[in-house]
Amino acid sequence: MATTKIYLYPVWIRLWHVINALAFLVLIITGIALHYATSGKGIISFELSVTLHNICAIILSINYGVFVLGNMFTGNGNYYRKWRKNLWPKLWKQFLFYAVGIFKGEPHPFPITKKQKFNPLQKVSYVFAMYFGMPLLIISGIALMFPEKISNSIFNISGLLFYDVLHLIVGFVLSIFLVIHLYTCTLGDKPGTLFKSMINGYHEEHE
Amino acid sequence: MKISTLFATILLLILSSTLIAQQNDTTKLKPSYYEVNDFVEDNEACFKCHGEIKYTLEDIENDRSATKRMAPCKLVDRDKYYTSVHKSFSCTDCHSYEFMTFPHSMDLRFEENFMCMDCHGYDETYAHYHFEEIETEFTESIHNIADFNCWSCHDPHSYKAFMRNADDLEEAILFDNNMCLRCHADYDRFAQKTDREEIVIVESHDWLPNQAAHFATVRCIECHTEINDSILIAHKILPKTEAVQRCTECHSKDTRLMHTLYKFQSLEERRGGFLNAIIINDSYVIGANQNIWLNRLSWLVFGMTLLVIGFHTFLRIKSHKKN
Repeated sequence: MATTKIYLYPVWIRLWHVINALAFLVLIITGIALHYATSGKGIISFELSVTLHNICAIILSINYGVFVLGNMFTGNGNYYRKWRKNLWPKLWKQFLFYAVGIFKGEPHPFPITKKQKFNPLQKVSYVFAMYFGMPLLIISGIALMFPEKISNSIFNISGLLFYDVLHLIVGFVLSIFLVIHLYTCTLGDKPGTLFKSMINGYHEEHE
Repeated sequence: MKISTLFATILLLILSSTLIAQQNDTTKLKPSYYEVNDFVEDNEACFKCHGEIKYTLEDIENDRSATKRMAPCKLVDRDKYYTSVHKSFSCTDCHSYEFMTFPHSMDLRFEENFMCMDCHGYDETYAHYHFEEIETEFTESIHNIADFNCWSCHDPHSYKAFMRNADDLEEAILFDNNMCLRCHADYDRFAQKTDREEIVIVESHDWLPNQAAHFATVRCIECHTEINDSILIAHKILPKTEAVQRCTECHSKDTRLMHTLYKFQSLEERRGGFLNAIIINDSYVIGANQNIWLNRLSWLVFGMTLLVIGFHTFLRIKSHKKN
């Protein structure tokens, strides 16, 4: 079986990705600990959760800046552009592959190439997660980090309530995105293929 | 008339004619004062000096006068007085009528003030305030020291039952916290009561995240008193070592704020599935204000996601074996 290797993930992307993943995992765990805090002793103390959540939030925000700047000044940004072009037919095709074709052993409808790192479903979800979800999460998080600066009333409700519920909802949606992201990463040629790519930088295609 | 009595009367007349504080200034009397008090003009005999930051001392006999500064602790703000809980009172309801004489005698200066319990204690009219329990709490409090009484915190000339009628909780919190800060942020006043070292509030609370937000949205007594379910405001002030420092005392589903700050507020204007919803009217406390509908929805979505992933995995394994 011949194996084609494409170098898709430069070092900065891999570093950004691992930092993003670790920070996000800690944020999910500590976020759940804060949201479901009890007066008794939890698995992680409230104080430790606050500290870890704040530290990882700062790391994640700076890392997000690296991602945005990296995409502006390197070719990696091209993978996130033109995501609306012929969107629905492409999404449907990809969806059908995941729902039916994958079980029949059909080939990937949008194989990974140097020019096309993501399939349409990935592209849309990554654009929404990184360019809509993350900014909302970071802005609402900054607001909660400085609650005294928040406006007392937003849309006729308490500013704190507004930002907290927004932070919770966006955080939750991105957490679900992470779960699906992790699962879809097992949909490569072999379950571990895509994870390996994120470590060595090479996408492997077995022919 | 005995000669001594006659002499004393003449002396009193001379004194009252030679030392006059100042004339009543009726322009300072607002119509709202008359709506709540039947003794406004009588009270002016006191307010003309005690309601001003300065007063003029005139010595008619020797034709001289001097402007004196009223001691801040003896100042009574008319606006605050006529909106306080004691707004309908005449000054002489609580103070001796002899204060009408100026200068006040040394005996009067040592007049023993009425305390809360003298009027409100063991009286059915005030039973719902539980003054007796408040007194018991105070005696067990760290504030039970020499020269410390009800008036040390509750100025009877300006006290308002803010928490009981809290339309604006933020204002009520500010009012309450200022009671503490009057001494705890003013070392001169603090030093009058104790020989302890100065307490710098910001430094002693440096462990508390988002200090400014906490100070503006909760009262000092939320953490510095023991919970008492039968009185509105707990009065057993705890020593520093026993004050609440565990975040989850407030930041949790069973938050202590519902037993303190929001204790008697049953009006929950914004429910919408929020736990401890009354808090949301004024603030949002992480951990205490979970929305049960959002919680349920999140578990449902999370469960469905896992179910779909599990099913997809199962089909993949099955098809893999088949192929």
